[in-house]
This record gives sequence, C-alpha cells and structure tokens, in this order.
Amino acid sequence: MDINTKELKKNAFRVTKHRGLTASRVRVPGGYLEARFLSMIQNIADTYGNGTVHITSRQGFEIPGIPFADIPKVNALLQPIIEGLGINQEKSGEGYSAAGTRNITACIGNNVCPYACYNTADFAKKIEKAIFPNNLHFKVALTGCPNDCAKVRMHDFGIMGMTLPHYDADRCVNCGACVKACKRKSTGALETVNGKVTRNHETCIGCGECVLACPTRAWTRSQEKFYRLTLLGRTGKKNPRLGEDFIKWADEDSILKIILNTYDYVAKYIDTTAPGGKEHIGYIVDRTGFEEFYKWAMKDVTLPEEANVYKPLYWKGVKY
Amino acid sequence: MGYILNTKEINEVFQNWKKDSVIYAPILMKNGGAFSDTDSVHYGEIQSIDEIVFDQKSDFSFKEILLPISETLFYFTEDSVKEPEAPVKQAIIFLRSCDLHGVKRLDTMYLHNGAEDPYYKRLRDRVKFVLIGCKDSFESCFCVDMGTNRSDDYHASMELWEDGVRIDNKNPEWDELFAANCSKQADVIPSYVTETETQVNIPDSLSLDVMKSSMWKQYDSRCINCGRCNFVCPTCTCFTMQDIFYTDNGKVGERRRVWASCMTDGFTDVAGGGSYRQNNGQRMRFKVLHKVYDYKKRNGIHMCVGCGRCDDVCPEYISFSHCINQLEDAMKEVNGNES
Repeated sequence: MDINTKELKKNAFRVTKHRGLTASRVRVPGGYLEARFLSMIQNIADTYGNGTVHITSRQGFEIPGIPFADIPKVNALLQPIIEGLGINQEKSGEGYSAAGTRNITACIGNNVCPYACYNTADFAKKIEKAIFPNNLHFKVALTGCPNDCAKVRMHDFGIMGMTLPHYDADRCVNCGACVKACKRKSTGALETVNGKVTRNHETCIGCGECVLACPTRAWTRSQEKFYRLTLLGRTGKKNPRLGEDFIKWADEDSILKIILNTYDYVAKYIDTTAPGGKEHIGYIVDRTGFEEFYKWAMKDVTLPEEANVYKPLYWKGVKY
Repeated sequence: MGYILNTKEINEVFQNWKKDSVIYAPILMKNGGAFSDTDSVHYGEIQSIDEIVFDQKSDFSFKEILLPISETLFYFTEDSVKEPEAPVKQAIIFLRSCDLHGVKRLDTMYLHNGAEDPYYKRLRDRVKFVLIGCKDSFESCFCVDMGTNRSDDYHASMELWEDGVRIDNKNPEWDELFAANCSKQADVIPSYVTETETQVNIPDSLSLDVMKSSMWKQYDSRCINCGRCNFVCPTCTCFTMQDIFYTDNGKVGERRRVWASCMTDGFTDVAGGGSYRQNNGQRMRFKVLHKVYDYKKRNGIHMCVGCGRCDDVCPEYISFSHCINQLEDAMKEVNGNES
C-alpha cells in the first residue's frame, strides 16, 4: 500500500490508528447546516465507513473506517456537501483543498439565542470564504456574547459579539433592572445617578444585559454590530493559554483584515523546520515580539472610532 | 362623512395636519427589539401614511404620549419654581379600539378621580384620535369579551383597503380638508372584530375571597417581577416621584414623575421600612383583581381593555388572560374550602 500521507492530510483525510483505514473530515462553518446534509453524511458512513460518525470538537463531522482506496468515491459524495455549505474548493469533485486552516466554530448565535449580539453562523461563513483553503494552521471561533459559550479564548482568533447600548433617559423609570443585571451577571458598569442610569464605557463589555433587562426599552441595541477580538489562545502540550483581549468595539471588516494580514505574517515568520510544518501563531509571536506582529496584523486596518486597542499583549498560561 | 383617499391624497392631509399638529402612530423601529436583529413597533412621530404599521400590534401603547414615561413637573432653585412649558402643537394619535377604550381609563384616573391632573389635562386637551379599524384580531387579543372591540369615540377612522385609505370622519373641522383631497366619497364603517381566538371568562361570582385561592402561588416562582406587563398596559396609571438635586449645583434641581409598576420591588414600600405584597404571586393577585374586579366596583367599567400586550411581552410566558380564566375554579376552590 502506497499512500502519500502529506497529500492525504491536505485533502482532509486522516492517518488513523487502523492501518489501511482513514477518516474523512467534513467542515461545517459555524456548526450550522441544513438538516438534509446529515443524510448525505450518513450515506458516506454507511457506504464507505464503519457506520459511525464523530461530531468533532470543531463542530465538523469525522467519518471513520474508510479504506484508502475509497477516497475518490467519498470525495464524490462529499461534493454536494462542500458545495451546499459554500466551501471554497480548488477542484470540483476532489474533496477539500486544505486542512490546515481549521473549521470556523461558533455558538448558535442570534439564530436562536436571546443573548447573542449577532448572527455567528453568517460571520463564520464570511470568514470561511475569506480564509479557506489555506494550509496554515489557523483556528478561528465566534461566540455571540461575552458569555463565550464557544470558548473562543482557546483559539488564535476569538470573536465575541458586542452591542453598544443606547440609553434614552426619557424612557427610564429607574426600576433598577439594568443596574442589577449588569452588577450580578456582567461587569457592574452601570450606576444610578439622580434617578437615571450612567454607563461606564471603560468597564462596559457590550454584552447587552441592560437591553435585555430593560422593561421600557430605555436601553436599546446599536444599529452597528461590534466585536471583541481576543488573540492567540491555544491548547497543546508546550504552553496552553487563553487568548488575551486585543480590540474591544471592533467591526467585522477590521477583524477579517486582521486575520488575513496574519496569514502574511505567518508565511513570513513560520519556523519551516517545525514538526509537520505546523506552528501555532502564538509561538511565532513569542519569537518575533508583539510589535512586529502588530505591524503586520494592522496593515490597512481602519478601526471604528469606538474601538479600544490593548497593546502590548502578554500571555500567561501553563508552563512546565 | 366617509372618504376614500389614495396615498398621495392622504399624505396631503398629513402635510396639512402637520402645520399645527404632531401625528403619532405605531411605527417600525428597525433593530429596536431587545434581541439582536429584531424589530419593534412603538409609537413615534410620522410624516406619511406608509410609516404607519397597520398589520401588527404595537409593543407599547399610545399611553406614553398622554402620560410621558418620565415627565419633569417643575424645576426649582433656592427661591423659585418653574414648570416646563406645555407643547405648542396639537397631537393626532392613531390607535385601535381597545386603546381608545384605554383613553377612558386614563381620563377616569387623571380627570375624574378628584382633582384634575393639570399635567395630564394640558396634553389631553390637545389630542385628537384616529381609530385604526381591526379587520382581524391578533392571537392574544380578547377585546370582544372586555367589550372594547368597538368604539365610536374617535375623530376619524382610517383603514388600508385595496381602493385606498377608507376614512370615516366625525370631526367637522376636518371635513373640508378630506373633501378637498379626495376623489371619492363613500359610506365608511370602521372594521371591528366580533370574535377573538383568546377568550376570557370573568365569573359573576368573583369576590375578594378569591385572594385565598392557591392559584396565586404559581406566580411566586413563575413571575420575575420585571414590570413589563404594567409598562405595556394602556390602562396602568401609577407613577412615582423623583426629587433630583443636580450634581453640579446641589441647590437646584427638578421634580419628575415616572411610571411605576405594582409588579416591581419598591412599589409598596412605606415609611419605616415596611413593604406590602412581597411575593410575586401577591403582586399578580393585586394586579389581576384591580384590572378585572375592584376597578369596576369603583368606576363601573373594567380597567382591562383586553389588548393582550401583557401576554405578548411577558418573558416568562405568563398569560394574563389565562390567569383570568382560572378565577372561576379559584372561586369554587375557596367556596369549597368554606363549606
């Protein structure tokens, strides 16, 4: 049996512990898909796999137990899924064109969740369109609000939804619901002054709890959507760590640009001798220093005037 | 007199009205909902007919125009007091029949319940009402059972039909204006509903004994005392006072009145630190019985007009109409306990 494992992996198949058997990895940006794709995945698992599927930790599907010889047939069956989910592809019918840049994960977002400040699935798809396929090892995750159900701080780029609360003092009856909600569920950024409410913009994290709590709509959401961008969290054996806050009140375009710019930075500075050619971005930043990363990442980025940038960044995490 | 006007013609009427009036109607607030990417329908100032939302119930009622949510009654310095000027313009308010019946409840409280309230009166005297006819009811409406599905107490009515805006005008001052801008006159009767999906039964046997029923207990845990039901209600009239001393100069300030809610904390706080109705179930009981029992004893009509907004807004899915419909069994329960 002669298999080019480098090409195999790039095609989103895996070298498994079972000799001769591979597993196909189906990416689902934002973890959001029409239910009709599930029967297609089932068909692949039943026809070429071992009849089981693993729901991956990155919200994709992994179909194990596929003989290497069946890869072309599996790729043919993957085609409607790849097309249906809008995945960029170099050549139709030949499966996924890369595996380095991982599936973009997201919480359910405002398709369902009342706390979410934006449509996480839509933004995930937009990022997927912009960055995939690429062999570089990038992990991006989105979450609807600072509850961070998607655990975005464990990723290279973590995106948390924010809303800039607008206050109409004339609609406020001083019921105290917002102040209480902010204090007990969020950062305590609200204070009652003379029967009305003042908001501390420095401590406000834009979670929208005040808007949700307000019974008179004195608090409303901003028309614009804002995001907090956290940087370079990672798991792994060497030095796992949580992502740090980079920008508060960022916009969608800036985040897309910063991620794309980071591909250029990594291409320039990656350690080409790294095992498997893979290196978490954070280790590269550890090597070049934050300022060099910042210079590359922020090229041609125009942040909204509301944005707060935190720099330089320092990470902690577990060290052995 | 009845008129049928096309969009252009009705907007001519609006232009004319706007010379001395502000026109208020339910409008769509894009992204105005509490959840992201949701809209809301509020009362707001309009310029043209296409801004009016005819096919949805407004989340909040017209009430905030006659009774501002937060209203400064006067400003004070060390030795003088000044009341804010009343608005210069008249107001024209578009509203449905249930809400028009709600106006009667506000009038009862602020004009006919002892001394007239001057702040209410000076706004009330400037208002004319345009009835929005209801061709259909919404899911939570129960106006028919509350007797508020029809109203003749309007200055004009307006409804959108295929042939244009159908208007029944009762205000002689407007006849000339409508006639001058309309290509078609016709008899117009505003639509009203005769049956609603949600129905309520207020038992004849209802008495204060129902307070002893166990039905109120469910609301101790279900209700979160947010007060939304009060704030969207077109008939709730409670307010509280705020005396404010400005932070830059503590010798001057203002007195405001703001809407209050019998469901929220603090409503029954009294001097000395006492507080009645601490349980949410007791608050719910007070509110429900006030709306469909004791208000009528005093004023001859039920307070509740059956608009159903409290059902629509409750984040805990507590239905006011469903609560009313438990009263009959609750009376049986308390009467049974006594025998």
